[in-house]
Amino acid sequence: MEALEAVILTIITASTPLLLAATGELVTERSGVLNLGVEGMMIMGAVCSFAAAYTTGSALLGILVGLYAGVATSMLFAFLTQTLMTSQVATGLSLTLLGLGLSGLIGEGFTGLPGEKLESIHIPLLTDIPFIGPILFGQDILVYISLALIAAVSYVLFRTRIGLVINAVGNNHHSAHALGYGVIRVRYACIAFGGACSGLAGAYLALAYTPQWIENMSAGRGWIALALVVFSTWLPGRLLIGAYLFGTVWIMGLYVQGLGVGIPSQLLSSLPYLVTIVVLVIISGNRSLIRMNTPAMIGQPFAPER
Amino acid sequence: MILRLERRSQRSTLMAFLSPVLAIGITLALGAIMFVALGFDPGEALYIYFIDPLTSAWSIEEVIVKAAPLILIGVGLAVCYTANVWNIGAEGQLTMGALIGASIPIYFPDWQSPLVLILMLVLGIAGGALFAAIPAFLKNRFSANEILTSLMLVYVAQLLLDWLIRGPWRDPDGYNFPQSILFEGWQVIPPLGEGRVHIGAIFAIVAVIIVAFMMGRTLRGFEIRVVGTSPRAGSFAGFKGKRVVLFCFMLSGALAGLAGICEVAGPSGQLQPNVSPGYGFTAIIVAFLGRLNPIGVFFAGVLLAISYMGGEGVQVILGISDKTTQVFQGMLLFLILACDTLIRYRIRLVRS
Repeated sequence: MEALEAVILTIITASTPLLLAATGELVTERSGVLNLGVEGMMIMGAVCSFAAAYTTGSALLGILVGLYAGVATSMLFAFLTQTLMTSQVATGLSLTLLGLGLSGLIGEGFTGLPGEKLESIHIPLLTDIPFIGPILFGQDILVYISLALIAAVSYVLFRTRIGLVINAVGNNHHSAHALGYGVIRVRYACIAFGGACSGLAGAYLALAYTPQWIENMSAGRGWIALALVVFSTWLPGRLLIGAYLFGTVWIMGLYVQGLGVGIPSQLLSSLPYLVTIVVLVIISGNRSLIRMNTPAMIGQPFAPER
Repeated sequence: MILRLERRSQRSTLMAFLSPVLAIGITLALGAIMFVALGFDPGEALYIYFIDPLTSAWSIEEVIVKAAPLILIGVGLAVCYTANVWNIGAEGQLTMGALIGASIPIYFPDWQSPLVLILMLVLGIAGGALFAAIPAFLKNRFSANEILTSLMLVYVAQLLLDWLIRGPWRDPDGYNFPQSILFEGWQVIPPLGEGRVHIGAIFAIVAVIIVAFMMGRTLRGFEIRVVGTSPRAGSFAGFKGKRVVLFCFMLSGALAGLAGICEVAGPSGQLQPNVSPGYGFTAIIVAFLGRLNPIGVFFAGVLLAISYMGGEGVQVILGISDKTTQVFQGMLLFLILACDTLIRYRIRLVRS
């Protein structure tokens, strides 16, 4: 029972950063923008949140700084792709390369320092319930934020006016423009939301997952988050399931290693990447599943005719 | 005041030349600001970064050694991106080429013959090409996004290399260091003359010439450009998009694999955990900086090779982190993309 509790707790920690980043990217893509810079925004969020928390001693302040770092990075992408109308694929890639480089430089002085750990919450009585207490009521605040965010995104996208506008912009920007919606403005906002979520994901890595700064610590999670959005077929509910599925795969490797089975650790470490490929193949091969929800304008620049 | 873009009636040829120059200029200006922020004399730092590597024969040789793989991979990626095929897993294809090519001296350490070197190069090329064929196949058969699959395979290739040199391929007399045996004789690429420059540099120049010829003078090159700009028009002409995807991936994979085996059989002389300092990713920048044009890629490759040297230089001389190299490279790509807008648009500031 205790072992199972530990496994579930680690699965939650492994899943949360994936869920956070993928939630943001789902909203960005719903508005018709493909931002391949998730990895770069995430790593910038990680290094900035770590630096802020280390210098001030406040993990909460670290979260906030991580969020802003993600937004700031995403605005570079937004300016290039929305205002200067550059290629989204190339710009997203360059955002990732820039983010990885810049974070390495910023973080150099922080390598190996003991970080500020984000404390788990403790509600008297509730958290003390054996087994379900620590799992349901003993997480840190970002875990609850990630769950609240996905619920909120699901509600906003399908039950509110804002959601309708985002979907309209993502599915036919010319019609949305003709109806008087500011296509570029909506996209800027959605890119910023994506940046904020990636920043939070980074903050989670540097403050909760491993409370220290390690270069390239995002380890491809940003790219997996992008694959998760495809896996979810742009539906928040499936995204939640997908994120936890991938978190489980990520952790499984570690536990199997611990059992001392004669499987090379590198094979187990490559599992998340291999599973991502397999999942992409299965989902993408199913045309009807993809066609139903893919934002029609994804990746296409919008230039209002004057 | 807001910024407004006005579409030009045709692409500006002037801007097509000026845009990289402008991007490099802004990158240097931002670099100067970065050095001031780090507390160094920007003039001195930039001199060491971009001029100093060209002042001694030793460092010019080193620039050539580093430019060769960047150009080899960059030329292949330029072809891919022209066709709108997004191979970003060149680092993995490089790793795969390196380890498949290196399998010969590792399994037959005593075999010495010119055939060994030829076989190593051929296997390196084949390893890169076949590894690159995986994302191409998955895209053609299952329409799986090639950006994600090719990138995921980078991690897989690196972990495979890591397992091999810590496990079955580890040098038994290597004091437990994660590295293979040292290659010697015909297992090593012969240097050109006295220094460290080896045949890899010639491969790079040959690749530039062949690809430039292919893109400009052959039906295959025309097919790639048509499919890239307008897949619909391409299909009317009878061009098959899927064939282009597979061709572009395998070509760029082959070149990346060649770069990989040249690294291992050249400067390193053995398999180590890091076959390259991220050449596969830097080559993406090389391809764009070179305007996706083979000749342009040549000059871009040299420039980025200088930035690697400069990064080492400032670290040794001034104690500035060599992480600045990656920042320079990232900024450069970002600014090129921004400046390229000027080719198709005029920028106007208008009062709102």
